[in-house]
Amino acid sequence: MTRCQNRLELTTGEGITFSYRLASPVTRALAAIIDFLVVAAGVSLLSALVIPFLALAPGVGTALYMLAAFFLSVTYPMVFEYTWRGQTIGKRLLRLRVIDQRGFRLLPSQVVIRNLLRPVDQLPVFYVTGGLCCLFSRYAQRLGDIAGATVVIIENPVKRPTMENILAGKFNSLRQDPLTMAKIRQTITMTEADLGLQALLRRDDVEPDARARLFAELASHFRERLNIPENPLEPVPDEQFIRNVLDVLFNVNDTIRQNLSGGGRKRS
Amino acid sequence: MIVDFKHFIDSEQVYWTELEDMLDALTADKFAVPNLAQARRLHYLYERAGADLARLAGFSSELDLRVYLESLVARAHSEIHETRRQRVPFHPLNWFFGAFPRTFRKHLRAFFLCLAICLAGGVFGGVAVMADPEAKAAMIPFSHLAQSPNERVAREEEEGAASRLAGRKSVFSAQLIQNNTRVSFLTLALGMTYGIGTCIVIFYNGVILGAVAFDYILAGQTTFLAGWLLPHGSIEIPAILLAGQASFVLARALIGWGQPVSVADRLRAVTPDLATLVGGVCVMLIWAGLVEAFFSQYHEPVLPYAVKILFGMGQLTALIAFLVYSGRRVTSPDSSLETV
Repeated sequence: MTRCQNRLELTTGEGITFSYRLASPVTRALAAIIDFLVVAAGVSLLSALVIPFLALAPGVGTALYMLAAFFLSVTYPMVFEYTWRGQTIGKRLLRLRVIDQRGFRLLPSQVVIRNLLRPVDQLPVFYVTGGLCCLFSRYAQRLGDIAGATVVIIENPVKRPTMENILAGKFNSLRQDPLTMAKIRQTITMTEADLGLQALLRRDDVEPDARARLFAELASHFRERLNIPENPLEPVPDEQFIRNVLDVLFNVNDTIRQNLSGGGRKRS
Repeated sequence: MIVDFKHFIDSEQVYWTELEDMLDALTADKFAVPNLAQARRLHYLYERAGADLARLAGFSSELDLRVYLESLVARAHSEIHETRRQRVPFHPLNWFFGAFPRTFRKHLRAFFLCLAICLAGGVFGGVAVMADPEAKAAMIPFSHLAQSPNERVAREEEEGAASRLAGRKSVFSAQLIQNNTRVSFLTLALGMTYGIGTCIVIFYNGVILGAVAFDYILAGQTTFLAGWLLPHGSIEIPAILLAGQASFVLARALIGWGQPVSVADRLRAVTPDLATLVGGVCVMLIWAGLVEAFFSQYHEPVLPYAVKILFGMGQLTALIAFLVYSGRRVTSPDSSLETV
């Protein structure tokens, strides 16, 4: 379990690594404001419901209203976070989710504790303690999150993969010209192809600046070897250019591609 | 590296869909328990999706596919590796009469620490009032307690049934329940100050109690004090002490003396106990609020002090018996808050 650039990376026992994007205090504050408004609306609705009771039995009506409003404000985040798997209305609107710090399922006790500890996070006013704690803690946790062993993440929208999704926006200009494709396959040596391949395989392991420099050098080398000048009207990022070259070299299943793209533009 | 995505997706998607369907079914029914064959299949599909994710690692430009697989693997991981939960529906009665007193007994030392701090505060408050009666105004924040005990007793006994709370006992009860529950939540939350805040709150409550008790005893109003405090105090004060107990359990997990595991693991271990203790405290405070509003505020001649004292003593005895003996025989799986 590590934190890297506001991400929580989890490695399973099987050695599989996956990551979550941690929510910033500002996004969380916005979600909290929405939730506050929801609770306020709920309390107003309650007061409207209690009015008939007030005429019949003023004392009992007021007491019921007070207890119901208190119960609503305390249990609203707990009930929603448990039934909606870590989301309240505010969190759902902002695509936030509370999860267990280790990626396990959120337990009811965790939901209860993270919400009961709000009083200390709210000290002295407006969640100042919780916000500061979020800023300085390793996994952007407020005190309630630390006690409940939870984190708040930003959810990416998940789409089922289809070929259309995968190929969308991956137009390979090099495939438009059969001569260029032939030239690539004739000119680029196995060593050069392997160099490009290794760079792509390991690109997540290097710092962003170094990665940009590496692919700039490789792209410059390949363009020189293939005599393909950079088109200033349709610039292709260096990394994408290397991918396109390797796609031409390694991906021989062109017929399927052509069929999928309706025989028009070929995509990689 | 995956070169042919068409082939990759065509061959693997059927497994991903199957895994997604299994996970959806498990999510829909929280208490569903897969049989052995289903569990094996789930594990196989999880490992297969994990392997696909690993194959995709060198091809991070396929962000959508990667996000999809990460989400799938993360969901499966949470289902397969979650061992803390027992898939048993939550039974409020089993929880209250079983899990709650068992949890109290499990952390008895924290309770006694809390009790000792409260008693120390009580002695301090009492001694302070005896040594310097002027200190009473500074120590007791409630105006109706700041006046002379004799004056208050005379006034309230004279008022009889037509007391100042006539017609608004329900509201008073709701206020008490709200206020006491807030105090107990704050007491629990102060465990995050490594128990320092808890010590201060419990000690301060002890000081107020001690000051009031000694003030009434010195004024010769011991019977009134017992008749007034015992009916609701016999539940309310232990409830606040139990909140302090939960707070100390939290503080101990944070400090971690003699526990060679990480803070996160220690907190994870005590979280169900904290939720159970606080849940029990809430039930106790609701009862105490009702008793204080509808019973404690009636004094002689409306309600004899002997009846009130007997009621309070009986209630305290029942509470002690409940916390000490209830839930000793476990006849069903533990119904703690973990099993909701």
